[in-house]
Amino acid sequence: MSEVTTMSDAADLLPEAEPARAARSGTRWLREFSLIPAMGLLILIGFIESPDFLTGDNFLAMLQQSTELSVLVLAEALILIGGRMDLSLESTVTLAPVLALWLVLPTSGNRFNGLGFGAAWLAIPACLLVGAAVGAINGFLILKMNLNGFVVTLGMLTTLHGLVVVVDGGQSITTVPPSFSYLGHHDWLGLPASVWVCGLLFTLGIAALGWYRHGRALYAIGGNPGAARAAGIRVERTMWIVLIIGSVLAAFAGMLYTGRLGSASASQGTGKIFEVFAATVIGGVSMNGGRGSLFGALTGVLTLRLIGNVLTFGHVSAQDIEFFNGVVILVALVVSRYTSGTAQD
Amino acid sequence: MTTPDREAAGHPGRPGGAPGHPVATALDVSKSFGATRALIDVGISVAPGEAHALVGRNGAGKSTLVSLLTGLARPDRGRILFDGQAAPPLSDRAGWQSRAACVYQKSTIIPGLSVAENLFLNRQSEGLRPISWKALRTRAADLLAEYDIDVDPAASAATLAVDQRQVLEIARALSFGARFIILDEPTAQLDGANIAALFDRLRRLQESGVAFLFISHHLSEVYEVCQTVTVYRDARHILTAPVSGLDKDALIEAMTGEDRSARAEFAVDRYLAPASQPAPALQISSLSLPGTFQEVGVTVGVGEIVGLAGAGGSGAVAVGETVAGLRRPSGGTVEVAGRRVRTGSVPDALRAGLGFVPEDRHAQGVVPLRPIAENITLTATDRLGRHGFFTGESLRRAGSALMRRLDVKAEGPDQPVSALSGGNQQKVVMGRALAGSPRALVLIRPTAGVDVKSKESLLGTVRQAAADGCGALLVSDELDDLRIAHRVLVMFKGAVVAEFASGWGDAALIAAIEGLGGADRPDQERNDDE
Repeated sequence: MSEVTTMSDAADLLPEAEPARAARSGTRWLREFSLIPAMGLLILIGFIESPDFLTGDNFLAMLQQSTELSVLVLAEALILIGGRMDLSLESTVTLAPVLALWLVLPTSGNRFNGLGFGAAWLAIPACLLVGAAVGAINGFLILKMNLNGFVVTLGMLTTLHGLVVVVDGGQSITTVPPSFSYLGHHDWLGLPASVWVCGLLFTLGIAALGWYRHGRALYAIGGNPGAARAAGIRVERTMWIVLIIGSVLAAFAGMLYTGRLGSASASQGTGKIFEVFAATVIGGVSMNGGRGSLFGALTGVLTLRLIGNVLTFGHVSAQDIEFFNGVVILVALVVSRYTSGTAQD
Repeated sequence: MTTPDREAAGHPGRPGGAPGHPVATALDVSKSFGATRALIDVGISVAPGEAHALVGRNGAGKSTLVSLLTGLARPDRGRILFDGQAAPPLSDRAGWQSRAACVYQKSTIIPGLSVAENLFLNRQSEGLRPISWKALRTRAADLLAEYDIDVDPAASAATLAVDQRQVLEIARALSFGARFIILDEPTAQLDGANIAALFDRLRRLQESGVAFLFISHHLSEVYEVCQTVTVYRDARHILTAPVSGLDKDALIEAMTGEDRSARAEFAVDRYLAPASQPAPALQISSLSLPGTFQEVGVTVGVGEIVGLAGAGGSGAVAVGETVAGLRRPSGGTVEVAGRRVRTGSVPDALRAGLGFVPEDRHAQGVVPLRPIAENITLTATDRLGRHGFFTGESLRRAGSALMRRLDVKAEGPDQPVSALSGGNQQKVVMGRALAGSPRALVLIRPTAGVDVKSKESLLGTVRQAAADGCGALLVSDELDDLRIAHRVLVMFKGAVVAEFASGWGDAALIAAIEGLGGADRPDQERNDDE
């Protein structure tokens, strides 16, 4: 900086404003925890409402009920961070287990007759494969044919839901092989197995997005696909893989559902996608891609679950709960807009 | 701004690089896109440590050459060489990145990530190993220190200013080992002080052997930083010459293919107020926007063009936007032809007869996918038919008339604006401002990012509008724009600090814009606080 002209003297003065800019980077970690105070408040409300709220049993039940939603939110958060969206997850949740059960259930002897193809354990890989196939088709339509992701996955949402009705004839399948129900009905070290698996999936996801090049690529793609491409990231291929992972996760969530409830039916996932998006956005993931974290998304799920639980303990009747749930989620969106300090775009 | 021979003595040695081998060469390359021939047997050769300017009007083939030199496209014919060696295959991205890099007009910095991660995007760690964030920050800090860049590697890239992002992109390009960097309109979004800082940095990099291909519409910048200039016109190579031996008129002639006598002259006559003394076209009184500008008063007479100059952050652009109703001031009044305008309301400003050319053509100027006719009449749909109802025919007719007036080069009024070149898009924006037959115009950087010829056409339109009785407030820090003004007001730190009558000297005006000139001005103390 020896030969500065008089004009660049003025430029040298500009970086004086730097410290203020730099200080903000430290608060980035705080944003991850922006929902914690809200969760604390909800727990306090629940505690005041009922002595049964703040008990180990209630919290265990809440955790277990959160597993399916959190796996779906994990899937949607990955896709949203990459700058895409997938509405069809909601249908994959029911389609994958129904097709898998249809494949393995015996041809006669039950209320619902399947194809009797292979052993009962095959239901699990079959279920996950169905998920992978749905993701692959979505990826083909969105990334290869350049169709609009919103409309494509909305179309898939309807198509796949219709396909479930075609297969199960509109009735629910109540014969569930033990391989399906295992995770929902067994405890490992005092916690439901599904909670452990769910925790493991989030740990893997957080590690991949936090410390691995290929995970970080997702932020780059969502933030600026052109820049990601210029940096040598294979944008289309990565997003295709993420869409497939998302649908496989949705299929897995479907397995958890079916196992826990002991049945599979077309109506099982209906309306879930709203909760999925709400939890993801409340958890600080940007709908425009490139911003948000999986941990934040997980706190979004837990917040929603706490809200539901507090409403139940507040004696909101079953017929009113949908209305209240919707209102409260909208309020939660508004509140989290201000606690996170960024626009939910 | 600069005399052509200023560069002659300017740059000492150009060390580095193998002698005899240019860092980058294009040999007789041709490229077509469908029926469009984008490049026809053109060549360019950039020597180590050289700053080589590539100029030409929109459509000359500059961006096609950039994509060939960065490995984003393959030439149909001809060869690309780096250091005398054939270029790597297109699939070898890393190979290209280590030879040539481009800093595009559009930022490729990802705002959601930290500075460090942006610098080492997709190479945060080797292979499948987890990223060590501490090591990454250290690497980034080393890189930033090497190039004297004062940015915190842990900061979020979203908090960076435009100039910092650009410098970051240059550092990233260098970190791949590239010694040849293409700068595509690097100064388009920078103000004067930042441009000077950027040029200063480029000169220091050149001394260490880095070569630049400098693409710019600003010929004065070419004379300031470049040693050699290559001109393309209509996909062909026209000229390559040392900058020092080429005068500006010859350069413009090479670019436009017309000799000097055909170009419009911009000697400004003295402003003569009409004898009938009507209300001024635009009267701005003690307008204030807290934190941006205070107590700004400007009067623009009927038929007068008043320049409002100021660097980024001076508040000049904000004054223009406030007058147009895009921002709501805390106090002050705006009158258009004697009619008081409700401040902060764009519709009211339009009703009062104000035409507006916004700063950012892409964000505020055009609806890219809609036809030209629709864009150009957007502010005047009420004139096309009764009660907001109009036919496609009246739209096309009105659109065509405006297109002729503005000299928009297009296939017809139904062509989408996105298909036009930058210069023609800007003419559409100008046409939109004029569509409602305004009494006053507010123009913010009306010639930003357009070629020389479009620039002259646009400025000619403004002069014609003024001659027809419209008053114009021309907000710009572009000297060529300001030259058409009858007088120029200079803003610095939110206040008008100087006024220049037509015939001002470049140096004095720039000094005032940069807040350096005018020792006798009232806000001298504030300058000293800097």
